[in-house]
Amino acid sequence: MSPKKKKNKKYSKIFLILYFFLLTVPIYWMLNTSFKFDTEILSQFTLFPHKFTTKNYVEIFNSSVWMGSFLHSLEYVFLNVLITLSVSIPAAYAFSRWKFKGDHHLFFWLLTNRMAPAVIFMIPFTQIYSSLGLFDTIWAVALAHLLFNIPLAVWILEGFMSGIPKELDETAFIDGYSFLQFFTRIFFPQIKAGIGVAAFLCFTFSWVELILAKTLTIINAKPVVVTLTVGIGAEGIKWGLLGAAGVLTLIPGAVVVYFVRNNLAKGFAMGRV
Amino acid sequence: MKNRAWYFVIPMLILMSIGAFLPIMVVVNYSQHYIFAGSAPTFVGLENFVEVLHDSQFRGAVSRQFLFTFMVLVIEISLGLMVALALPKKGFWVAPCLVLLGIPLLIPYNVVGIIWRLFTQSDIGVIPKIFEVLGGYYNVTLDSFDAASTILLLDVWHWTPLVVLLVYAGLQAIPDAYYQAAAIDGANSWRTFRFVTLPKLRSVLTLGILLRLMDSFKIYSEPLLLTGGGPGTATTYLSLFVARKAESYELGYASAASLIYFFIVLVMSYAAFQIITRIGKGGKVE
Repeated sequence: MSPKKKKNKKYSKIFLILYFFLLTVPIYWMLNTSFKFDTEILSQFTLFPHKFTTKNYVEIFNSSVWMGSFLHSLEYVFLNVLITLSVSIPAAYAFSRWKFKGDHHLFFWLLTNRMAPAVIFMIPFTQIYSSLGLFDTIWAVALAHLLFNIPLAVWILEGFMSGIPKELDETAFIDGYSFLQFFTRIFFPQIKAGIGVAAFLCFTFSWVELILAKTLTIINAKPVVVTLTVGIGAEGIKWGLLGAAGVLTLIPGAVVVYFVRNNLAKGFAMGRV
Repeated sequence: MKNRAWYFVIPMLILMSIGAFLPIMVVVNYSQHYIFAGSAPTFVGLENFVEVLHDSQFRGAVSRQFLFTFMVLVIEISLGLMVALALPKKGFWVAPCLVLLGIPLLIPYNVVGIIWRLFTQSDIGVIPKIFEVLGGYYNVTLDSFDAASTILLLDVWHWTPLVVLLVYAGLQAIPDAYYQAAAIDGANSWRTFRFVTLPKLRSVLTLGILLRLMDSFKIYSEPLLLTGGGPGTATTYLSLFVARKAESYELGYASAASLIYFFIVLVMSYAAFQIITRIGKGGKVE
């Protein structure tokens, strides 16, 4: 290796260390805050909790409001992913296998929905879900999020399915498989990675989305992302509590990413890229 | 076969038309009316659109939004490229690096807001403390420049990892033979990057740029939590602006503004897509 290259390597290492340091500092600060007493947060500037406490976490686990809103979030996210996948998988199959009238236009129209700012839908969704009697239920949020997750799921799944040769389908049909048998026994295992990635991305979107979740719920279905914003702006913000709640919201994402970890890189590389 | 395709698409189409088409129609309808609580809406045609387009507040939000998105794209794409190129290709450190990069992407938007609130709050945050030690002045709630640059920094922190992951996946897909060929031809590192790496990264960069363009145009939760759109209107980006109008029940105005907003996003995304594909093709070495 030439000396110049070695020098370059050294610079890039320093650059990387600096980048990753800056990347982790804000997250560390939240963790740090969540284990402190409020008095310590407000009165001192400490790089680690001098008096370590789990009181903030205990308070959340004992609060019906917090636990209820965590539960609401999980419920509508789960519902949403289930509905999204069950309509997107067949649609993606159609887009990847057959040419039909207007398929390109339809595909593009789907994607424009992904581009739409959620605020556009604040007014009409409130009206529509109120008249359907779904306002302030987990169903309202689950259905509203479909609008953004279906295009995303179809887009990604279509990419994965197009990567599988059509000959696979034809051979299976010649071998006498019915469509359903083919789909469940042969095709499904082939696109498992794609489904994992699509589910993961839909999960994260629905879990983090704030505008529609906030607009469509008041009390009965209030999700955790909304509960988190309520404390803010009021006097005497409980920073420790907010920090702890923030840390807890990271857990579902971490669990999901653990399950799809092997497929994620592949998904990023294959999903329409 | 042709008809069969529709059976597969129809369930999705029904849900999407209820979810997307119907609401857009409602918005279009509202945008043509003056709406006051307690009285019947009056049809006013395009007057709401005229009002929105002449509103200096709306124009302000649009130009702030453009500046923000432009800065986001420039910083995140170049920083993302640099980090992805510097990342180790194999070895022990690959997995920890990728996991660390994944973390910010999984944090709910408003928790990102809270993290940065804790980080920048004038009485308890880290950044104000650093400025204080260095003898500078920093206050997110009072200083417009501090507020706007903090939101930008937050977005860079939150979303650069996405660009890194995309580019890294793209880099992995380039066969070593290309680099060997470039080395034999005596290309220096810049020329190797320009004529070997960059053309191969075209599709991942297109995706990265489009995603960041679309999503940075929709930024909402972070300024809402961090600055509440202030001080004054310094961080009131388009989504926040429209949401405020909708929340104060100026339905006609908000509807017209959101349609214009949607139109801007569509045109920008389409233009960006066209430009990138053109440039990519022009610079491609066959």
